[in-house]
Amino acid sequence: MPKMNLSHFEASLLFALLTSIVLGIVTKRTDRERLRYAAYCFGYFVAAIFALGWLMYLGHG
Amino acid sequence: MAEVKEAAQPRNWIPVVALGWFLPGGGHFLLKRPGRGAIVAACVALMFLLGLMMRGAMFQWQTGDLLTTVIYCGGFIGDLMSGVLFLLARAFGYDQPDMAGHVHDYGTKFLVAAGLLNILAMVDAYEIATGRKD
Repeated sequence: MPKMNLSHFEASLLFALLTSIVLGIVTKRTDRERLRYAAYCFGYFVAAIFALGWLMYLGHG
Repeated sequence: MAEVKEAAQPRNWIPVVALGWFLPGGGHFLLKRPGRGAIVAACVALMFLLGLMMRGAMFQWQTGDLLTTVIYCGGFIGDLMSGVLFLLARAFGYDQPDMAGHVHDYGTKFLVAAGLLNILAMVDAYEIATGRKD
């Protein structure tokens, strides 16, 4: 099995993408709502990644 | 995504949930929701494979103080919920030892998250089978 080396950012983005898709699929009733909710979750994941990244960067001084 | 939808009639949910556990997305296929089943299967399988390729560790059942019990038993249950992916990975020896490094840590979390996503899919399949959802 090939070994994968990802940065924090790449791994977080992949996690956010796959999780958002499943959350969209299982929580909403129409395809349009699913797509919107998946995009909404992904957007919030990415915003949280940047916010926490900056928080840790500033916290380190 | 055009799918043939059955009328919302309650049916026996146990085989649906059991198949959903064993084969991620299988419950949806049994309920004739192949599009949703395929997307769930792809996401869970991809998450699990990424975890393996990042050399993530699988949790062993371990008890002790509260934190140890919650982390190790919870992690083991999360891994187990990936169904056949977990069983095959264990059978073929892809169970990695726990190693230091951020990539391995992400891998471990990806393996657990694959199982947690499958739990969400199983709950969705249960709701469809019991007629609470289309």
